[in-house]
Amino acid sequence: MKTLRIEVVPLAADRNPAIPSAAKRLGVDAVQSCQETRIFFLSSRGPEDLSTDQIEMLCARLMVDPVTETARIIELPSQLPSDSTDLTAKPADGHTVEVALRPGVTDVAARVLEQGAAELGIDGLEAASATGYELVGELSVSDLHLLAQNLFCNDTIERYSLGPITPIFGDNREPQDRVEKLPLSNLTDEALLTFSKERMLSLDVKEMKEIQGYYAEVGRPPTDVELETLAQTWSEHCVHKTFKASIDFTLHDAAGRAVAVEQIQGLLSSYIQAATEAVDRPWVRSAFVDDAGIIEFDEQFDLAFKVETHNHPSALEPFGGANTGIGGVVRDIMGVSARPIACTNVLCFGPQDLPQSELPPGVLHPVRVQQGVVAGIGDYGNKLGLPTVNGAVIYDGGYLGNPLVFCGAAGLLPKNAHPTQPLQGDRVVVLGGRTGRDGIHGATFSSAELTESTHSEAGSAVQIGDPITQKGLIELVEAARDERLYNAITDCGAGGLSSAVGEMAEELGADVELQHVPLKYPGLTPWEIWLSEAQERMVMAVPAGNLHRLGELAELWDVDFRDLGHFTGDGWLRVRYNGLEVAQLPMAFLHDGLPRPHRTAYHREIEPPASAEPTLSEQADVALDPERMLLRMLSFPSVASKEQIVRTYDHEVRGGTLVRPFTGPLMDGPADAAVLKPLGTWRHDKAIALSAGINPLLGKRDPYAMAVSAVDEAFRNAVAVGADPDRIALLDNFCWGNPTLPDRLGSLVRACQGCYDAALAYNAPFISGKDSLYNEFDGQPIPGTLLISAIGIVPDMRAACTSHLKSPGNTLFLLGESRAELGGSLLHHLLGEAGGSSPSLPEKPLDALRTLHAAIRAGLVRSCHDLSEGGLALALAEMCIGGRLGATIDIQPIRTPQRAFCASTALFGESNGRLLLEADPAKADALERRFAGLPLTRLGAVSETPKLVMNRASERLIELQLDEIVLAWKSEPASWTVEKARSPRSPREVAHRRWPAQS
Amino acid sequence: MACPVLILHVSGTNRDAETARACELAGGAPQIAHINQLRSGQFRLSDFEMLVLPGGFSYGDALGAGVRQALDLRAFLNQQLQEFVTAGRRVLGICNGFQTLVKAGLLPGTTAGSRPSPAPKESSDEERQVTLTHNRQGKFECRWVHLAVEQGARADYLAGIVEPIFCPIAHAEGNFQVAHSHTLDRLERDGLIAFRYVDADGAPAAGRYPLNPNGSVADIAGICNPAGNVVGLMPHPEDHVVPIQNPLGAKGGLGLSLFRSMIGNGNG
Repeated sequence: MKTLRIEVVPLAADRNPAIPSAAKRLGVDAVQSCQETRIFFLSSRGPEDLSTDQIEMLCARLMVDPVTETARIIELPSQLPSDSTDLTAKPADGHTVEVALRPGVTDVAARVLEQGAAELGIDGLEAASATGYELVGELSVSDLHLLAQNLFCNDTIERYSLGPITPIFGDNREPQDRVEKLPLSNLTDEALLTFSKERMLSLDVKEMKEIQGYYAEVGRPPTDVELETLAQTWSEHCVHKTFKASIDFTLHDAAGRAVAVEQIQGLLSSYIQAATEAVDRPWVRSAFVDDAGIIEFDEQFDLAFKVETHNHPSALEPFGGANTGIGGVVRDIMGVSARPIACTNVLCFGPQDLPQSELPPGVLHPVRVQQGVVAGIGDYGNKLGLPTVNGAVIYDGGYLGNPLVFCGAAGLLPKNAHPTQPLQGDRVVVLGGRTGRDGIHGATFSSAELTESTHSEAGSAVQIGDPITQKGLIELVEAARDERLYNAITDCGAGGLSSAVGEMAEELGADVELQHVPLKYPGLTPWEIWLSEAQERMVMAVPAGNLHRLGELAELWDVDFRDLGHFTGDGWLRVRYNGLEVAQLPMAFLHDGLPRPHRTAYHREIEPPASAEPTLSEQADVALDPERMLLRMLSFPSVASKEQIVRTYDHEVRGGTLVRPFTGPLMDGPADAAVLKPLGTWRHDKAIALSAGINPLLGKRDPYAMAVSAVDEAFRNAVAVGADPDRIALLDNFCWGNPTLPDRLGSLVRACQGCYDAALAYNAPFISGKDSLYNEFDGQPIPGTLLISAIGIVPDMRAACTSHLKSPGNTLFLLGESRAELGGSLLHHLLGEAGGSSPSLPEKPLDALRTLHAAIRAGLVRSCHDLSEGGLALALAEMCIGGRLGATIDIQPIRTPQRAFCASTALFGESNGRLLLEADPAKADALERRFAGLPLTRLGAVSETPKLVMNRASERLIELQLDEIVLAWKSEPASWTVEKARSPRSPREVAHRRWPAQS
Repeated sequence: MACPVLILHVSGTNRDAETARACELAGGAPQIAHINQLRSGQFRLSDFEMLVLPGGFSYGDALGAGVRQALDLRAFLNQQLQEFVTAGRRVLGICNGFQTLVKAGLLPGTTAGSRPSPAPKESSDEERQVTLTHNRQGKFECRWVHLAVEQGARADYLAGIVEPIFCPIAHAEGNFQVAHSHTLDRLERDGLIAFRYVDADGAPAAGRYPLNPNGSVADIAGICNPAGNVVGLMPHPEDHVVPIQNPLGAKGGLGLSLFRSMIGNGNG
């Protein structure tokens, strides 16, 4: 058979300007330009080669755009050379790097081309695709390899060649039915641990011994299928061992004396679920039981919300990792029978300006991680037709080797539409994508730390998404739900079928045949089929009588569906391959056999707060230049505008985004939270608020304060846009280091205690959450990071509030108490200060927020913005940016319970519970009356003059032109490390730098 | 009776539900139908007065935006669709639907914009002269834009829309380009340009980013066929059908006016 190579070349020079500058960052200065070429390889599976007419037709209809492209068709010799990937090989064809997917990674373009060819009547076409990069410049072979490895090809999923790449069609391995028996009976503790490590089981000695004991009792060795099933069912990822473990916790004071010893019977039940039970909100429909949390929306619908993390996959393959992170969390929403309606994401990366020379081996540069993650999130969410409405991006050196990718999704489901009880005799049905070797060991891999060599070892743990398959699945699941065709449904996520079927059949037991699982390609062994975390799959329990109808719907929506077996009722899990039993486990052992882990934890408190203590060393306060500090904060990477990222996400699809990520006349001011109106609910005025709170900078100093502040921030953000403070539910996502180390676990305990206290203060339930532990790189943990996400009900979408200033002359108020709490603040970070008290829980925060909500609904509040990092000064600057208006305030009247109170605290303090409000001057008195007895302070007014002025009585602290503020916030993040930020840069200099011409 | 509108769904279509809402608010009776339901005969195009190809990522746009869906139209609906268009019934393609109509050769339609002496081939195989290619910024972008109906366009029923429509774009391949300058001349001369990007006051974007958000030649946001009954555009009027969706409050025209014009006239 002939193989054809079709090169699709742009007619006009279409150079990618990002490549030369990216090459320069890698130390390769000679790249002048880079031209991308799409490459297709075509062959015929049938006896005859493609005819010239057929090739022309394929080009014209499917491969080449005649207006912008032209094609070169090359017939390849029958003997293809192997790729020139060794470092000494000469590039065969000038400076060309060609990249193709590795075998087994789904080549979507090739598949669509094959299907399209069949539609054109060309049967048996076999296709593969690749991308060519033609580089101009004086480049050595080692330069080309460097560029290929760092810019064009990710070794985890792709391969490259200097010069023409050799196509690999499909995956032609033979079917595999090999099942190993793995005797454990004579292994010592040490040997058991080695065995666990070598097979990537991530089980500890205690757990391995439990398994050894079980098989000693039944008198046979485990099969690989059984052992893998146990390992994933018992993995941290699936069973949350740490959150269920009993913990001996010791709290030390700053001097190191043990001040409290506690035995905690599970973090989840003691703090998170305990908070939910304590606040006991009647509108909570499901908390911690299903794939997602569920609350009531209106008389007809409930709302589901879930946030997941996909950190380790994103470290290895940023695009695929983030891509499937969104895919996975959206399936969690589908797993509670809800229609997904929106996505959120919060991302933590290493510094973008890290010199290449400081990059640890085995780590992708943070720029590459960010580009890949952002593209992966956009690709999946945009293609699913889900608006990405809320999020944050945080930069810190602590995330260099282990970035964090939090992916969230919300959904809408009719009341009582989510069945959760499979019945004996129901069929076990898998729907959606085919199963491949992708994602094997994802559950256990995420329960291990990353090291330099993880990239090469864990390639198979990385999955690539196919959003279009999932889109069909969304439609199918909704249709099947509405026709009540299933008795239970779950997402096929970590652990693949083993987990989905294992959990669904926990009470009944199941008998399944793996030969019925549709495969992407042959060659998978039974345990690989059973464990594969291939994406876009759901499992349902379907009464046999409904199979036919489900099949019709599956055909309509172009979704694969297979009947794998049935729920037995005998309490055993039986897995067969070709009829032979390859696993036979009692559900009781699988789900209850895991010994309850025991852990030790300690935490050392920061120095005790002294109420009269100045929070900034006097020297620093005197030296503080508030103007320069504000500009530095505005351009601090975690604070600065994320518009370049957020604009690549569709936040409008479904037509229900009422408060968007950006607000104001130029639509570029930061919003506090999103307000969404779900399709299908337009007959009333209720809407949804989605918000987030996160502050790892504070967490480095005080994890308890971080938790309190994250809850406070998420909650306040939701109220700021119009959510009812009595209808807000919370999600917790903990990303921490290795929890078997007592210091890591100790800070996690403190964070959980903070969650409990804050949830009670706000009377808000946790409805779902997730922990991602073992986030370490080469023994260094990430900063313990807690994301709190909130979902709230906005009773009247017409009263939704935005953060940008509305009209000159309006009065500005500060709500909430400003305390001397600069510990862990952005100000301290930028000044390199270490001391100070951490932000605490406000007193009776709900009273103020309930009053605020009533004022918003009464139309008394024109704009509202929360105070977080950077405090009052930064929040007001952001409101000015959004509204393109100035403001003048006096901080003198700001209430503070402390005696010592300096300008830095008033301007940059980060006390919780505070918001800035804008009111019509005619309504200002009415607003003040409503807040009688609550800490509301009149600060000043919005001004027409484009200037931000902050005074303390007659003393001018800050006077900045609006242009300077906008410029600092919107230009590329420049200052980032403490060292760099210390080198003074005058505001005038900043003002001369360019930013996108939008004013 | 309300005008029956068929909203076509293929693998990867995603703005069908809000498009249905827009049609409904404009007085139409929308029916979302999967292409498989047209292939099986469950729905017939001839039972509808109007066809909408909504936004999305048909087949993931894996071979270029709309390419594979364009092939579907030819392979599965060729005859019915030609009859539909020839009969003067309205066809609206939004975003991915517009890309599909262009790549299927339905926009700007036969003879329009072709070379002076086209090769004697079957009409639908004439070499395409216009395309929607990658945004000049090189990435997907979501932002609100203003677009003005081109007065004098063959789709004359749109002429009543005087105020610029304010609505979002959300695309990576919305950059309208032509093969030759005479192609553009012809589009202008024949009244085939239906929408252009403008500023809030209706003045031409004149290529200025982000008023013209993707680098389209002559600020072209949408075109029509010579008969005026097939219209396509990149922005999403279906995402601005009630004032509360407007990020600027009151300013800027509703996209609903476009649906009203198309459905109102389509109903006779």
